[in-house]
Amino acid sequence: MNWQALSLALFGESHAITRTGDVIHGTAQLGPALTIAVVGTADHAAIGVETALAQARFVLDTVASHPGRPILLLVDTQGQRLRRRDELLGLNRYMAHLGCCVDLARRSGHRIVGLVYDQALSGGFITSGLMADACYAVPEAEIRVMRIPAMSRVTKISEDLLQALSLTNPVFAPGVANYVAMGGIQALWSGDLKQGLLDALAAPNTVDTRATLGAERGGRALAASVIQQVLAA
Amino acid sequence: MNPHFSFAELNARERVTQLLDPDSFCEILGPAARTVSPHLALLGVPYAFDDGVVIGSGLLQGHPVLIAAQEGRFMGGGVGEVHGAKLVGILQRALQVRPAAVLVLAESGGVRLHEANAGLIAVSEVMRAVLDVRAAGIPVVMLIGGANGCFGGMGLIARCADHVVMSDQARMSMSGPEVIESSHGVEEFDSRDRALVWRTTGGKHRFLMGDCDWLVEDDLEAFRGLAIELLGQSKVLTLQSLLEEQQMLTDRIVEVGECDEAIEIWRRLGVQSPDQVAGMDVEQLRVLMASRGEANS
Repeated sequence: MNWQALSLALFGESHAITRTGDVIHGTAQLGPALTIAVVGTADHAAIGVETALAQARFVLDTVASHPGRPILLLVDTQGQRLRRRDELLGLNRYMAHLGCCVDLARRSGHRIVGLVYDQALSGGFITSGLMADACYAVPEAEIRVMRIPAMSRVTKISEDLLQALSLTNPVFAPGVANYVAMGGIQALWSGDLKQGLLDALAAPNTVDTRATLGAERGGRALAASVIQQVLAA
Repeated sequence: MNPHFSFAELNARERVTQLLDPDSFCEILGPAARTVSPHLALLGVPYAFDDGVVIGSGLLQGHPVLIAAQEGRFMGGGVGEVHGAKLVGILQRALQVRPAAVLVLAESGGVRLHEANAGLIAVSEVMRAVLDVRAAGIPVVMLIGGANGCFGGMGLIARCADHVVMSDQARMSMSGPEVIESSHGVEEFDSRDRALVWRTTGGKHRFLMGDCDWLVEDDLEAFRGLAIELLGQSKVLTLQSLLEEQQMLTDRIVEVGECDEAIEIWRRLGVQSPDQVAGMDVEQLRVLMASRGEANS
């Protein structure tokens, strides 16, 4: 789905979301008295220093000028930009800064909803959607770190074995359903996207419950219990 | 004076026991607990009884601290489900016991590919846990000195901490040189050009850029000394501090964003003889940074 179609599906004509470079940003009306701030990336953007910084700017401006206004993070990324120049400039610091800004917004009383509306790959996803209170996805979204053939080459494990295991173990294979099973994606939004957003905003969710969710859903059997064991030691 | 121990050459458990006060380390979910990754076994890959990360509590100069150390020799310190959960657990424990600091001896290539989805989610969970601890006024200190560097998701986690300490041999960045080379070719980044790799990701460059706060020799006592100095030194994030970070990062792109090479960046940052940096020792680098600070004020 492209960002224009998504904006229309979510907000009808009641939005002023525009695009600057790879970054989409603006506001939308969810009701007469409910404005939401929207920021994210489009067209499978690679997250470089500028892309991370522009999103951080928008989040900080929202915290500074519109206390409490909910924020929707829209995810469509091919991952971090793989360039030497971005690494020279300290890309990890730029991306972490975006994550810190999202976290500050949450602590300042903003509800933060993430939505993977197209593609979420690898590092580009960590400091945006995965830093939200909860992250959602449309059913046709694609979420992965690496495709199985590439994973086979890097890990030197046969593609056949990886394919076979991927049918029962959600832990490495691409796919949005795997992320739901592991608690990384709270739920899928199908049909009425606006209702999905309204429901997400109504569900209080400022504590990170993803490990517990992953255990309940059977996709991450160990994380929650390991955390509990460390706390109880 | 204590004998010199190379931080890089020690394994994770040795680093922890030698960094903390003698006999004070109490490991949580140590090898005897057999908390292994079930996913590696399924793939027929060797697993470790601690899943490549040592966590626990101890004393530093008599002050209680929590500590985590990644084992770079096991899967490059990659973050999987159990490994990530141990990091989250020790950070959440800090909110209960309120130590004088949480020390993270980071050495990791980032997400462990064999359990990539779990690793990706875990990295974001660790980031949120670090920021929770930080918000509680408990300093999180990253100590980076292992041969495998601090890359990918671990590079993101590092930059969420209150303090980042690196040795001059350490490396930190988002994507590793091999990943960039395989994506955009050897002309973009020659991962076998060690000097180039070092200038782009190494401790001296990160120190000159301000991406690590402290630079030390590859010496365990030097890391210990700084960790002691940083006990209780919390830097709580505020709107004001993040606006300042935003401004600094924006200025950086304006000032050096067009540079193709670290040496050109150092020159623009005011380093008098940038081609000499490679040969300078840590003390010379500190003097250089201090003089730059004076020139700017």
